Amino acid sequence: MIGEFLALVGATLILLSAIGVVRFADPLARLHALAKASTLGVLLVLTGAAVNLRDLNDITSVVLAGLLHLLASPPASNMLSRASYLDAETAAGVIDEHPDPRVRPKE
Amino acid sequence: MTALTFVILAVAMALFGYRLCAGPSLADRVIGLNGLVLVGMAGIATHAAHTSVGAFLPTLVAVALVGPIGTAMIARFIEGRRR
Repeated sequence: MIGEFLALVGATLILLSAIGVVRFADPLARLHALAKASTLGVLLVLTGAAVNLRDLNDITSVVLAGLLHLLASPPASNMLSRASYLDAETAAGVIDEHPDPRVRPKE
Repeated sequence: MTALTFVILAVAMALFGYRLCAGPSLADRVIGLNGLVLVGMAGIATHAAHTSVGAFLPTLVAVALVGPIGTAMIARFIEGRRR
């Protein structure tokens, strides 16, 4: 029961981030919406599955997947946002209030 | 409640698929693809918890590693493309 509820909350978070990914204007804002779901939403769904499962092997697999995802997903989001910040084509319409002088000189 | 979870995940999958097809830049397409990987992981976990069959859970571990590695690889590609 509580596991199904946790999975439902996590799926709702993923849906909210999908709405944000569709509606936001530029890649940095879309990545901001996605990075929340890729940590908290998926971890809530995996926690719900781990609560519901009975076999110790299955629980170990779910916990291992959650730990690996928690380790690997935020650096990947960080690298993608850095790449889209440095990419001049995608960052053309973005107002940059604190430009990094090493990568983008002030106009 | 599990059926509602699957319906929500299906709607999220459609929205991420729209961003994958329509994203103007390569970074947008990678964002859509990353979201599809998330929906797949959530679907595998929910299905395993619903049926109590854990045969697909090692796949979940592999997907949890491969998805962020693919995202990071395409990020390096975008970064190196401009020079």
